[in-house]
Amino acid sequence: MTDLTMIDAICMALSRALEDDPDVIIFGEDVGIDGGVFRATDGLMQRFGATRVRDTPLAETVIAGMAVGAAAQGLRPVAEIQFMGFLYSAIDQLANHAARLRNRTRGRLTCPMVLRAPYGGGVKAPEHHSESMEAMLAHIPGLRVVVPSSPARAYGLLLAAIRDPDPVVFLEPKRLYRALKEPVHDDGVALPLDRAQVVRPGDDLTIVAWGAMVADAGKAADALAERGISVELIDLSSLKPIDRATIRASVQKTGRCIIVHEAPLTAGLGAEIAADLAEHCLTSLLAPVIRVTGYDTVMPYARLEDRYMPDAARIQASAQQVMEFA
Amino acid sequence: MTGNPDLCQPDCSVFLDAEGHALRALPDFAQGSEALVALYSMMVKTRTFDAKAIALQRTGRLGTYASSLGQEAISVGVASAMSEADVFLPSFREHGGQLWRGVTMEELLLYWGGDERGNDFAGPRQDFPVCVPVASQFPHAAGVALALAHQGAGGVAVAMGGDGATSKGDFYEALNLIGAWKLPAVFVINNNQWAISMPRAEQTRAETLAQKAVAAGLPDEVVDGNDVIAVREATMRALDRARAGQGGTLIECLSYRLSDHTTADDASRYREDDEVSRHWKAEPLARLRAHLVAEHAWSKEDEENLLRDSRAETEAAAERYLAMPPQPARAMFDHLYAKAPPDIAALAKEMGDD
Repeated sequence: MTDLTMIDAICMALSRALEDDPDVIIFGEDVGIDGGVFRATDGLMQRFGATRVRDTPLAETVIAGMAVGAAAQGLRPVAEIQFMGFLYSAIDQLANHAARLRNRTRGRLTCPMVLRAPYGGGVKAPEHHSESMEAMLAHIPGLRVVVPSSPARAYGLLLAAIRDPDPVVFLEPKRLYRALKEPVHDDGVALPLDRAQVVRPGDDLTIVAWGAMVADAGKAADALAERGISVELIDLSSLKPIDRATIRASVQKTGRCIIVHEAPLTAGLGAEIAADLAEHCLTSLLAPVIRVTGYDTVMPYARLEDRYMPDAARIQASAQQVMEFA
Repeated sequence: MTGNPDLCQPDCSVFLDAEGHALRALPDFAQGSEALVALYSMMVKTRTFDAKAIALQRTGRLGTYASSLGQEAISVGVASAMSEADVFLPSFREHGGQLWRGVTMEELLLYWGGDERGNDFAGPRQDFPVCVPVASQFPHAAGVALALAHQGAGGVAVAMGGDGATSKGDFYEALNLIGAWKLPAVFVINNNQWAISMPRAEQTRAETLAQKAVAAGLPDEVVDGNDVIAVREATMRALDRARAGQGGTLIECLSYRLSDHTTADDASRYREDDEVSRHWKAEPLARLRAHLVAEHAWSKEDEENLLRDSRAETEAAAERYLAMPPQPARAMFDHLYAKAPPDIAALAKEMGDD
């Protein structure tokens, strides 16, 4: 077992998948000799050959559409969109085809593809490189949307995504690519794809977060613990479908909930979780459900990025507000 | 002289003119009458099916339907050149090609009648269903071709689309990719001169649609799409090239949409009847029939038998389609995922069996 960064864990999972299944192929922009702009595919072309790890022309629509065709014909494509801001061109293929091929052919053709994309802010990247558009994807029936929050989670969830018989969009919080290391064992064991993970148990307040926000929520939870507030932190992990049972069970215990995401507030995924709690846990709630999110504005350029991103301080302030309510 | 004086350019491939006269030596497959009779029969069957589908739509028993009137030679010619193991990726006007490949009339009616089961055809299982978002099937064809190349069994992906599709980014991106990667794919354009109300001349300044292949480094070819022999012959050559590892081809088939865009369209709002009448003179069925009759390979009796059989087959398919009960409402949740997540399973259960 070695201590790995998330980017290394992702590379290890891809390597393992290529080794285990000859039908797995990787393609995308600069994934070959360059090993991906973040090095997620570092060394894979050299090891598995250019027919299995292949650079595509610069064309996101055909990257996504080609994954649909290849998957329907029996391959297990793992395609990369270089940054989530460039994934808009692939939405037509995801929504009109990948997500509905199984349903519209009554199971005759299926689409076991993975579309990987680095997402989110926090690395002072250029314009269009820091977006969080997960809610748009989570709105598409038939798709799976998965977000890891640590190196080990990334390894297990990516393996699960590749082995899953349905299309998965795998969003990698690029702020975490090299932010922390943890032991990751290359055991080929996949994590369950549709289960939220209780990162730390607690009694007073549930915080639901995903991706890079899990770390911020963890910091907030540490600070709150010093003030005697016990936080149950849930890493949502699967944004589509949502593991509603785990969230409801937690809120039924704590009676309070904060949802944290980088994406803008309005029509974000936090709204869906808040509505679910209003529908199913109203009698357990001691305080309003609060969303701590990015603001309803265009993702600001690097200099104002930190002012946009939710952080531990904002989460703590909201936690205080919730705790004071009741 | 060309088959369709209105449309054909000097370098357009054509064997039979509009009167069915051979303009040059016919390819091997067209030497005897057997193959040509099979092609003719399928084109007639397709037209009979079209008429029935429109009648069903007009009487409220079918959804919006896209007729292939006047363009039967294109998808029938393309499909007839393909091997069983190739993969066909049609747009929504390739009924003839789908029928040739083994999709049944009943399955086509189910699809156009608003029932997903129409896409679960018994054969050919690997073919794609009709593609409605224009040009989005070309990227799929690139992916299918990639998989076929990976499998190494010599299969080819054959995608079809209309003239409008050649303006879309999907088409350019896929064309460029099959060129760059030398994939076994054939893209066929049914240039029927109209993209709903947009005439070909306004669609692009390009002289031909086929020439869009030049920028992708692919061979391009223009054929008279009303001459099924020319369509089949060009497709065969393209398939041979693909199977030999020489990559993709773009074929533009010149034809004319004798019908409205779909049953929801009224083409009299944007085009003159005169234009349509003129194009009836070059339609594909009459020309092949004239050729077969001149070759003493087709009689009045053959024609009557074919029409009678086609109508009987179509009527029987329509009866079966109409008698088929709809799926239970919960079927909308079937096959959404390989295994239904809890919320979806709960919804399906709630919806019940009626």
